Amino acid sequence: MMSVSASEPQRYLRAQIRWQPVEALFWVATLLPFVVTPSYLVLASQIAITGLFALSLDLIVGYAGLVSLGHAAYFGFGSYTAGLISKWGWGEPLTGLFIAAAAAGVLGYITSVVIARFRHLALIMITLGFGVLLAEAANSASWLTGGADGLQGMRMWKLLGMFEFDLYGYAGFSYALAVLFLAFLLARRLINSPFGLALRGIRENAVRMPAIGADNPAHIRKIYTIAAVMAGTAGALLAQTTETVSLETLSFQRSADVLVVLILGGAGRLYGGLVGAIVYMVARDQASGVNPQYWYFWIGILLIAVVTFLPNGILGGLARLMPAAGRRA
Amino acid sequence: MASVFGVLFDGLAYGMLLFLLSVGLSVTLGMMNFVNLAHCSFAMLGGYVAVALTSAFGWPFLATLAPAFLAAAILSVVLERLLYRRLYRASELDQCLLTIGIVFVSVAAAAYFFGTMQQSVVLPSYLRGSVSVMNQSFGMYRLFLIIMSLLVTIVLVIALEYTRFGAQVRAAVDNQRMARGLGIDVDRVFAVTFALGSGLAGLGGALAVEIVGLDHAFAFSFLVYVLIVVAVGGLGSIAGSFAAATVLGISDMAGKYYLPEFGAFLIYLVMLVLLMWRPSGLFGKR
Repeated sequence: MMSVSASEPQRYLRAQIRWQPVEALFWVATLLPFVVTPSYLVLASQIAITGLFALSLDLIVGYAGLVSLGHAAYFGFGSYTAGLISKWGWGEPLTGLFIAAAAAGVLGYITSVVIARFRHLALIMITLGFGVLLAEAANSASWLTGGADGLQGMRMWKLLGMFEFDLYGYAGFSYALAVLFLAFLLARRLINSPFGLALRGIRENAVRMPAIGADNPAHIRKIYTIAAVMAGTAGALLAQTTETVSLETLSFQRSADVLVVLILGGAGRLYGGLVGAIVYMVARDQASGVNPQYWYFWIGILLIAVVTFLPNGILGGLARLMPAAGRRA
Repeated sequence: MASVFGVLFDGLAYGMLLFLLSVGLSVTLGMMNFVNLAHCSFAMLGGYVAVALTSAFGWPFLATLAPAFLAAAILSVVLERLLYRRLYRASELDQCLLTIGIVFVSVAAAAYFFGTMQQSVVLPSYLRGSVSVMNQSFGMYRLFLIIMSLLVTIVLVIALEYTRFGAQVRAAVDNQRMARGLGIDVDRVFAVTFALGSGLAGLGGALAVEIVGLDHAFAFSFLVYVLIVVAVGGLGSIAGSFAAATVLGISDMAGKYYLPEFGAFLIYLVMLVLLMWRPSGLFGKR
């Protein structure tokens, strides 16, 4: 492990913030689907969206150490907001994305006021209850959301007035990847700031943090709102690139799935959600012929194996194999 | 049709079912702080044991309750030894994930062996129909369920309050480290409690088939209700679970009868309000 002398926190942060060659390689590699597998661009954009969603969950689960079983609430809220804006006649993607993200952020802030007061089982239950409540609300308000049939009648305009969202997914994947990269830059900056250190402090010892003058609830509200904005962005991206929204975007299943993705990749590591999304989505695509019930059998086995043998996910395992290369990934 | 008494009665029966399903989880959570989301998988196993024994082997329903209890208890001990034991000191996130994994596997296994249809049990004739008291008709089975749960509660309370083992359990729930310091083998006490709690879940699962049906998703769909009861009641408190299960069972039933469009909401709303009022549950100490 790195030894950090307490008198040099700035230097530690500056060292963390420097880009590693392997990171640049990773982001260049995300362009490969355009060249290598152009027929899989739709899948690739799904992966980018899942990666963004997992990244947003990573901020609260991996860094602040708050378990959430209801993160799909923000994803679905962003999805429905983007869908409704487009259905009501404003199909411009970027402003739609912005409004949906802001709406999810407002929802995130409101819930974070409550959430910041709880820990442990009560916290898990509150997030779960809140997620189910929102899903039920969307189900009942079928005049607005289309209920179980999903939201129909979205019409997206061309991206930047030039690129059409089509079946091949060129525009969709470029769009999703660009948004993912911007969000990643933001998350990376946040995590390697004093605020990011404060979050890790909450994760490591929530009782001791106030003793050094940190305002835990304020930090939690802030990161929760940011994570909600990101999750809402991911949801809006999904709505805009597929031009439908279903109730599934709000479901408990989606909250559980994204947690699986994150843990698989490695929580508390910026690239954990992204790596997890790639592995999970590709595996699910390969197994799409299999009955979904049996797919979850293997996911279950995988979860048990990861928790038992690979406590820090794929990236954690890699980091143990290659201490130098994996250290900051 | 939906008289106040009828709703109260059905709600009480439903609440008792929730109590049976959740009391084991409450006690084990209180003792080890282990977030066992797979608790309802044990209940589901109990339900399937009852279904299989009645339909395939023609056992009378009442005779299947003991095997349902035993099967769940035995499986839980095996899993506790193999998997749970490693994670007592791990983060709650890891515990959540391990047990969600077990839920996924159990749901898939149930779908594989029993298919995805709703299952039912054949009840003996004396548990069918209803009795009329003062112009109110009460379902026989629900009456049986309430009596059965009250008996289990009484046995539990007596076992916890008046036996040596019960004293050890209470000590371990109150303060695990202190209990260890006094020479109580907390791990063994926990293993036994865990088996008993899972067995009760299995029993609850078998009894639940007639009321709520049983399909492969049971482990998921009831997990939420059971967790609500535990969180609202307070960890490690039998009285808390009992009170919470009753309140939630009745409010859920009342919601479904009187406000069908909000029926599914009400139980979550009640939970959120109760938890905001008392974050550690009605009877929780921590």
